[in-house]
Amino acid sequence: MEAGMVTPAPALVRFSGIQKTYDGEHLVVKNLDLDIRKGEFITLLGPSGSGKTTTLMMLAGFEVPTQGEIYLAGRPIKNVPPHKRDIGMVFQNYALFPHLTIAENIAFPLSVRKMNKAEAQQRVSAALRMIKMETLAQRRPGQLSGGQQQRVALARALVFNPQIVLMDEPLGALDKRLREQMQLEIKQLHETMGITVVYVTHDQSEALTMSDRIAVFNDGVVQQIDRPDALYEHPVNSFVAHFIGENNVLAGTVESIEKDYCRVTLAGGGAVTARAVNVSGAGVSTSLSVRPERISIVPDGSSSEGPNRLPARVQNTIYLGDHALAVLDVAGNAEFMVKLPPGAHDNLSHGEKLFVTFRPEDCLALDPV
Amino acid sequence: MTEALLTGADAKPEVPLKRRLKRAERARQVKALALVLPLLVFLLFTFAGPIAGMLWRAVDDREVRQVLPQTVAALADWDGKDLPNETAYAALASDILAARAAGTIAIAAKRLNYAQNGFRTILTSTARNLKAAPEPGTARETLGKINSAWRERTTWTTIKDAGGPITGFYLLAALDLMRNADGAIVTAPPDQAIYRDVFARTFVISLSVTILCLMLGFPVAYLLATLPPERSNLLMIFVLLPFWTSLLVRTCAWIVLLQSKGVVNDGLHWLGVIDEPLRLIYNRFGVCVAMTHVLLPFMILPLYSSMKAISPAYMRAAASLGAPPATAFLRIYLPQTLPGIGAGSLLVFILALGYYITPALVGGAADQMISYFIALYTTETANWGLASALGAVLLLATILLAAVYGKLVQGQPVTGGMKN
Repeated sequence: MEAGMVTPAPALVRFSGIQKTYDGEHLVVKNLDLDIRKGEFITLLGPSGSGKTTTLMMLAGFEVPTQGEIYLAGRPIKNVPPHKRDIGMVFQNYALFPHLTIAENIAFPLSVRKMNKAEAQQRVSAALRMIKMETLAQRRPGQLSGGQQQRVALARALVFNPQIVLMDEPLGALDKRLREQMQLEIKQLHETMGITVVYVTHDQSEALTMSDRIAVFNDGVVQQIDRPDALYEHPVNSFVAHFIGENNVLAGTVESIEKDYCRVTLAGGGAVTARAVNVSGAGVSTSLSVRPERISIVPDGSSSEGPNRLPARVQNTIYLGDHALAVLDVAGNAEFMVKLPPGAHDNLSHGEKLFVTFRPEDCLALDPV
Repeated sequence: MTEALLTGADAKPEVPLKRRLKRAERARQVKALALVLPLLVFLLFTFAGPIAGMLWRAVDDREVRQVLPQTVAALADWDGKDLPNETAYAALASDILAARAAGTIAIAAKRLNYAQNGFRTILTSTARNLKAAPEPGTARETLGKINSAWRERTTWTTIKDAGGPITGFYLLAALDLMRNADGAIVTAPPDQAIYRDVFARTFVISLSVTILCLMLGFPVAYLLATLPPERSNLLMIFVLLPFWTSLLVRTCAWIVLLQSKGVVNDGLHWLGVIDEPLRLIYNRFGVCVAMTHVLLPFMILPLYSSMKAISPAYMRAAASLGAPPATAFLRIYLPQTLPGIGAGSLLVFILALGYYITPALVGGAADQMISYFIALYTTETANWGLASALGAVLLLATILLAAVYGKLVQGQPVTGGMKN
């Protein structure tokens, strides 16, 4: 785990030994140490109940840590009320004030700061231009579409130049196409304005698209913090490997470890060589993780003899437009997926016997599921 | 070509689409009407009918016309400037004799006495002393001898004004107005002018009760809307408890609590706060306390429902945007509860306008509201015309208020939930 390690940029936010419990029995957040760098786009990713939203709410000031301290620009903020934290927030359902117009909504943070009218007006106009909604300034939130409301919420959270902008699953209510468009818009805003964004989502593809770094939460613990590509290529445990991207799992027992690699006997028969990522020694059980796109299919009777070559039987093929998936039965896993180039699935028929091969470096030996 | 395509599929192209839609919807409409019909009939007989009857009684004026038909007819052409001619006197004498035989003198006497105090005596004494129809040409003399009032112009204008068949007399009286002998509308003399005060008192008490309910109900509604469900359900039971208790019981409970030897006075005396018992009941204070207690749920429930629709995310959003709690409350929360405040206030105010039992039991003579007088005229003095007129004025004021409220609410954004 990389939490707490020395970071190159100065930490704008530091969670230090944070614990949070609501009922006094279960910790929703267990001992969180997390640094957020100035100007970065960090995503808190995890399934529901993993503690990611609670972490965000503690940073916003709506929840108080049971233990530990949060520092914002070096200053402890545990006892600072939310309205004095200077943190912008975009809520899951936008939370635009229904009785105010769009312009009034955006002007709200400026007027509570008693900014003079002319400057506030100027900033509101600039914000409306930024989200390309100048003509809708006098509408009320109820008259806007979901995507438009989302843009307004974004403009409102940015207009007072907060130190950080928090986003709590802001795109959850939008349809897929609009969500993808908004992802790009938010990413672009982040890049042009240079603001620090803390983004919470349970959607791993959203996290991969937008983030500089991703913190994967599970069960109140940060499993791994890293760049999106590193998370995908080098997951530190089974949870991260499963949560990010597609993944095939094979259960087995470690026979021997040699440097970075180990030999694993599969529960369903056969043996393979895998990278030893999260196994303690010989004799322990492990679960192997192989990405579908890193597997090749070789026809029965092929003479090539690699270290990882397992017999398989075709269950099904799935056509997905830009690619196809073959569902195989491999070493007791009846849902073993192999990604095929388009058209390749035509050659496979149900029940056909063949072999799958993959490189040892593409097969990770992780903690048992 | 396109037309042919569009209509080609139709079996009977000559039947327009609208007509076919209507036909298709008719069965559903009939069914819907059948469902509401019993209630509609019920309301017609118990609500719309009586109200129409009340409004009619406020202007209906046929008693004098029925008892003294010839007199009313003879006075129809009278200009009212001088005493009427001999024909009118003769008609009156003949009418009085006929009415005495039929025993209907009292009906006309009662009505005429409303308009002119003492008219009952004039009419009954005349009826008693008029032995037989006067000789032709001597009616004026005879009647004048029996009662000198017949020699006065106002006596006759009173009869003419009461001749009906419809009159503004009761409605004017309900507003402390009357017609003088010349037919002009003037303010009633101070000893008869009470209804403007009573209406003003009714409005002041209703307004005080509404404001009290709002001040007491708002925090409770807020608590109800924000507490976790299991605790807010318990609180809701306490709020609704008064609904399940009789109005009479609750009002009497206040008498027990507030009377001079009551729980409150005894308690304060025991604590040494007071030496003499405070006068807490049979005055305005008692009326306001008891009415506020009875009407509080009608304020809390609309407030609660409007507050329940306000997502807690709004207050969080306001805080994250830099608004201190008080600012967030005033600028974000309160405006969204306005429809609830309006609905609750209107409900309480209109209910309070019609209050009768509570002021009658815990109020003093100066705290009786308009309903008390309506009841008085219906049950005690049987002056239905005036009772109906007072009711009509109250109804009109209520409708006006509701209309003003409707205008105010119109065009305002509907609060309520965020898109989910």
